[in-house]
Amino acid sequence: MSTAMRYKSKLVNPEEKQDHEKQYVGFATLPNQVHRKSVKKGFDFTLMVAGESGLGKSTLVNSLFLTDLYKDRKLLNAEERINQTVEIIKHTVDIEEKGVKLKLTIVDTPGFGDAVNNTECWKPITDYIDQQFEQYFRDESGLNRKNIQDNRVHCCLYFISPFGHGLRPVDVEFMKALHEKVNIVPLIAKADCLIPSEIRKLKERIREEIDKFGIKVYQFPECDSDEDEEFKQQDRELKAVSVFPPPAPACVFKVKAGYSSSEPLFVGDAISKEERFESAPFAVIGSNTVVEAKGQRVRGRLYPWGIVEVENQAHCDFVKLRNMLIRTHMHDLKDVTCDVHYENYRAQCIQQMTSKLTQDNRIESPIPILPLPTPDTETEKLIKMKDEELRRMQEMLQKMQQQMQDQ
Amino acid sequence: MEPPAVPEEEEEEEEEEGAVPLSMAPGPVGCQLFGYVGIEAVLDQMKIKTMKTGFEFNIMVVGQSGLGKSTMVNTLFKSKVSRKSSQPGQEERIPKTVQLQSITHIIQEKGVKMKLTVTDTPGFGDQINNDNCWDPIIKYINEQYERYLREEILITRKRKIPDTRVHGCVYFVPPTGHWLRPLDLEFMRRLSKIVNVVPVIAKADTLTLEERAEFKQRIQEDLRTHAISVYPQEDFDQDPEDRALNNRIREKIPFAVVGADQEHQVNGKRVLGRKTKWGIIEVENPAHCEFPLLQDLLIRSHLQDLKDITHNVHYESYRVRRLNESNRPGLGPLNGLPAKGEASSHL
Repeated sequence: MSTAMRYKSKLVNPEEKQDHEKQYVGFATLPNQVHRKSVKKGFDFTLMVAGESGLGKSTLVNSLFLTDLYKDRKLLNAEERINQTVEIIKHTVDIEEKGVKLKLTIVDTPGFGDAVNNTECWKPITDYIDQQFEQYFRDESGLNRKNIQDNRVHCCLYFISPFGHGLRPVDVEFMKALHEKVNIVPLIAKADCLIPSEIRKLKERIREEIDKFGIKVYQFPECDSDEDEEFKQQDRELKAVSVFPPPAPACVFKVKAGYSSSEPLFVGDAISKEERFESAPFAVIGSNTVVEAKGQRVRGRLYPWGIVEVENQAHCDFVKLRNMLIRTHMHDLKDVTCDVHYENYRAQCIQQMTSKLTQDNRIESPIPILPLPTPDTETEKLIKMKDEELRRMQEMLQKMQQQMQDQ
Repeated sequence: MEPPAVPEEEEEEEEEEGAVPLSMAPGPVGCQLFGYVGIEAVLDQMKIKTMKTGFEFNIMVVGQSGLGKSTMVNTLFKSKVSRKSSQPGQEERIPKTVQLQSITHIIQEKGVKMKLTVTDTPGFGDQINNDNCWDPIIKYINEQYERYLREEILITRKRKIPDTRVHGCVYFVPPTGHWLRPLDLEFMRRLSKIVNVVPVIAKADTLTLEERAEFKQRIQEDLRTHAISVYPQEDFDQDPEDRALNNRIREKIPFAVVGADQEHQVNGKRVLGRKTKWGIIEVENPAHCEFPLLQDLLIRSHLQDLKDITHNVHYESYRVRRLNESNRPGLGPLNGLPAKGEASSHL
């Protein structure tokens, strides 16, 4: 804004201000207040990635958050692999962008689906998710609720192999075991091995099978009518099949001489409003490397026959996934986790406890009695001391992390 | 292939002269021909004969569903010989157990006829619990050996025993880029002992060239660590020339292949390939994928070698095992007479 404009607005406001002040209460600034407080507090987000090994999970996470979480990964040798079981590994990283802090936790599940016999290989994962719910439940029902750590898994990205003809039995069983505990976002991994018609077929097939088996994957919430136009357009694009336009003569390919890359030119790739198919599950490609394409440096993969650009909407759905996960629906994912999945867990837990109590004591007890220890001043003092220590240690850890980053 | 039954002149003379026992007679001594005899014409005779009788080739493709096995077979033989082409319109469904389906076609090129049998294994490695999913396959291969054995030991044998033995098993490794999975290792370990296993990296258009090289190195290391000998096996190299040729092939095993059954226009030529938004992957271009190498190996240069090794090595070891077993009491004899008791081979 130029100085002239600013001066003008200042002049304008004082005159109108007096009229406004009479009707102006002032609670319209609430969103700003919340915004400021949350920026100070920072956000946290827990993301789980699951799928067979070799589907590009680590690469995708690195591409999504533009960090290098998996720098020193050691691939196991032959003997170690034979007896591998499913593990749960957590990586936590603090990211900051424009003053907003995000504490990002990635829960990785190496070993899932890799063995010869994969019966119940999802059990460690469901156990982990339940553990986080249980821990939160205990903390919430406890006495001191100031520093509750929220380790609940907010979203699970499930990687479906692009080499099959749809969902495999492992995929179906995994999603059925987890769809009521966590928000599942299915993805088609390594989508650069599929041509557009194959991707379309595969997506249709997967959607059919998800319906058939009654799996409840995460649904994008409908836009409210008072959202701004840009958001609505984005939402429409998310839901429409914009990535791969129909194979009509509207597409023109320009092929260069030799075996170098050929540049596709799209003529008329506007989304027709009639084609409102869902573009879920997203077909994604990840990349750790930056390549030179059309004079620009982009994240991509270099092949002898062309360059795949990760952030090119025509090549894959990565941009859509990123927008959905981070830019538009991150908060909604957290809300659904808190309001739906966690509440379901809590209700189940309480039901179990009451039924157990009524069985044991044969007392009609409408209020769930939690097994809490009776408070006394000694333990309260101890709890306060421990809280202080915890906070101090957290601060020290943060300082150390920053120091390490600066180095 | 038997050498021509033309006795060397030297040997005959020596036997007549000094009654030297055959075992002690010196080996045939080379001698110079001072005119055109026509020995080399035997090659032409062989060619004409084989063209009349034709070849038989049995190939098996194994791998998880969706790795492009049927497309690869169609591309290899440039005709619709796969299971899917023979049953068009059938929906892709993963069967609950491993099934084996063989389809036979007779294809012809330049007067040479080939009876090609492709055995497909849908359901392999697709279940949640894949324990022992290789058992039906091992059973099938041994059954073919058994069938040939029974024909061979008959008193009146057929002039040409129908050969249904599997000459080559192409194993499709998914392109994870990391390492061989336990399932791959188990399968190849068991099967490389009874059949020629040719591992290939399926759908290799998802790996960049560096990833491909790293993946191959790791696979080769894995195979060495677990002492799995895939085709071409090192033990069966016949002479240094063979060894040099096979070493070159062994460096590149497993081949990274891409299959395609659609043609596209590139530089004015029609090529088989896959058209993506960022380029056209040409299947027969050695810079893009190693499909031409696989084609050479399986068909153009080593087809006869595959059959020979199957016949001379794998079949013979099966035969030895069987005959040893039948020598023990309790099992039925294998001399064409009906077996006394139930002789179920548990090999």
